[in-house]
This record gives sequence, structure tokens and C-alpha cells, in this order.
Amino acid sequence: MELLECIHLSKEFDNKKVLKDINIKIPRGKIVGLLGKNGMGKTTIIKLINDLLTPTSGEVLINGKRPSVESKKIISYLPERTYLDKGMTVKETFKFFEEFYDNFDSKKAYELLKKLDLDKDMKLTKMSKGMQEKVQLILVMSRKADLYILDEPLGGVDPATRDYILDTILSNFNEGASVIISTHLIADIERILDEVIFIDKGKIVLTGSADDVRKREKTSIDEVFRRMFKC
Amino acid sequence: MKFDFDNERPIYIQLVEQLRIGILTSTFSIGDKIPSVRDLAMLAKVNPNTMQKALAELEEEKLIYTERTNGKFVTKDVKLINKIRDNLAKEKAKEFFSSMKKIGMDENETIDYLQDLIKK
Repeated sequence: MELLECIHLSKEFDNKKVLKDINIKIPRGKIVGLLGKNGMGKTTIIKLINDLLTPTSGEVLINGKRPSVESKKIISYLPERTYLDKGMTVKETFKFFEEFYDNFDSKKAYELLKKLDLDKDMKLTKMSKGMQEKVQLILVMSRKADLYILDEPLGGVDPATRDYILDTILSNFNEGASVIISTHLIADIERILDEVIFIDKGKIVLTGSADDVRKREKTSIDEVFRRMFKC
Repeated sequence: MKFDFDNERPIYIQLVEQLRIGILTSTFSIGDKIPSVRDLAMLAKVNPNTMQKALAELEEEKLIYTERTNGKFVTKDVKLINKIRDNLAKEKAKEFFSSMKKIGMDENETIDYLQDLIKK
């Protein structure tokens, strides 16, 4: 049974079709890039998987079941915009996650934090955007989940932060789990992807193994994407 | 060992090339145990699945082999290593001659030139 399956998934807002017949299968142990320009439907797919939206038609299956309280336990989700109270200190956010999620490993979170040389008593408001992104990534990756969904984890961070984020993703996903990373910053991330899904105007326009696409097109995923979606 | 990739070609192929050179230059010595897939993936900053695929390819070439419970090891077959080095050398030499040809030196001129260069 697939870890995640989207079957003929469609979504309309006010009769405007934002997702059209999306079919995705994601097994365990993969890092998948959900790639598309802004406003093409990436976040809508992610919200449907996370049960934050209801499909107009079709369905999402997680371990063969519709999204529910159960699926939320096994999905660790990094939203595009934070829902954390920025008045909290790092320590308080860890405490918050510990109370909220049974599978949050605070020991691991503190280990990851140690590498960052970041004061655990610092409030999020006092931090740079890059620092805040790192703290949120630590929170999300310190849950022992089956599926990690990261919505634009690289938005507006510097190259050193980007490397930290990619390293943290690579070193913290285990064989039984999969990671979905949505982004339009493909060059930064393509090296760690197993599979790519290109999405454009609410439709999937290309899927496949990242290395197969490189082999076939004789160029980078980033370049394939640029050629396909030339403005 | 330091890895370096471009995004233009399949990552696993670049991994195979660089690991192969690692074996030819004794970064991984004959008969040595090589690090786990995961550790190697971390070292190269690539997906463990991609590293797995690269190691499978090297295993196909018999440059590495798996001992059931102990992990993966570099081959002890010196002949094989030499043969693979020879193939690579041939390839590199051809590339070199063809780039010399592009600047107007044929093979004999190139060889003479190299000999002069070494003497200096």
C-alpha cells in the first residue's frame, strides 16, 4: 500500500478550478519535489493532503485511508506561513510541540539546535527570517513521522541556511518515511530529490525519477523546468 | 573524500565516477570496508537512494562486493582495478589528444611536445 495516494483529485474555489484531476502515488523512502511556479496549485495539494481543505472531487489516501486525526499523527507539516506564536522562545516552542505531538523527540530537537549555536531562550521575534525557518524545520523534522511535507522551506533564506536545511532534511528522514518538498527554487534542491512532480495551472505536467529526467533531457531539472514554463 | 556535482547529468552516474576514482586512488583501499550507504550519502550530501543506486552499479562492475552481515568492501582483485584504470586512462588520453588536435597539433607533435615539456 502506498504511503500517499491522490486519486483524480480536483479542487474548485468559487467555480474556479485550481486543481484538475491530480494523480500522485508516493511510496515510502522517497524525497519528492513538488515543483511549480507560484499560484499553480502546490499549496492547495498540500492543504488537501493535510485535511485543511476538502476536495471538490477525487480523494486523498494516506496509508489507504482518508485524511483524519490519525493521518495528522503521521504527517509532519511545515506550512508556508508559520502558525507559531512568535512571542514564544525556542524552548517554549519545543515544549508546545512536545505537548501537542506524541512523536515529537525533544532530545533530537535540542541536538539539532546545538549545531546551530542558537540561544534556546531567544524569542522568535528577535530572530532573523533564516533563523526562524531553521527553528521551524527543527520542530518539523524532530517528529517521528511517516510523511514530512515541507511547503517552500527555502523561501528567502541565504545559501548557508539553505545548506543547513538540506542537510537537516537528508539526515533526519528515515527509510520508512517520505518527504515532499514544494518549491519553485529548483536548482537549490534538485540534488536531493528522488522524484519530481511538475505542476502547472492546476495540472500535473511531468512526473518521474529526477535522474531519469536528467538522462532523457540531458540537462538539469531546473533547466527542464525553465524551458517548459518560459514566461 | 570530497564530492562535486553538476546538475546537468544524473547524480548517480557522477557518484559512480567519483567513487570509482576513489577506489583507483586508494581513498578506499583494496579490501577495505566502505562506509554505510547512509554515511556516504551524508558525506556526498545526496539522497541515500541515489547513493544506493551508485553502489549497486559499482557492485555490478565488481569493484565492490557485499559481505552478508558485514557491509560493503572494496574488491581485492588488483587485476580488475588495473583494468578499470587502464580503461579510464585510455579515455582521458583520447580526450587529451582530441583537444590538442583542436589547437593544431597531431598525435606525434603532441607526444614530442610532452617529452620536451617533461625534460624541462
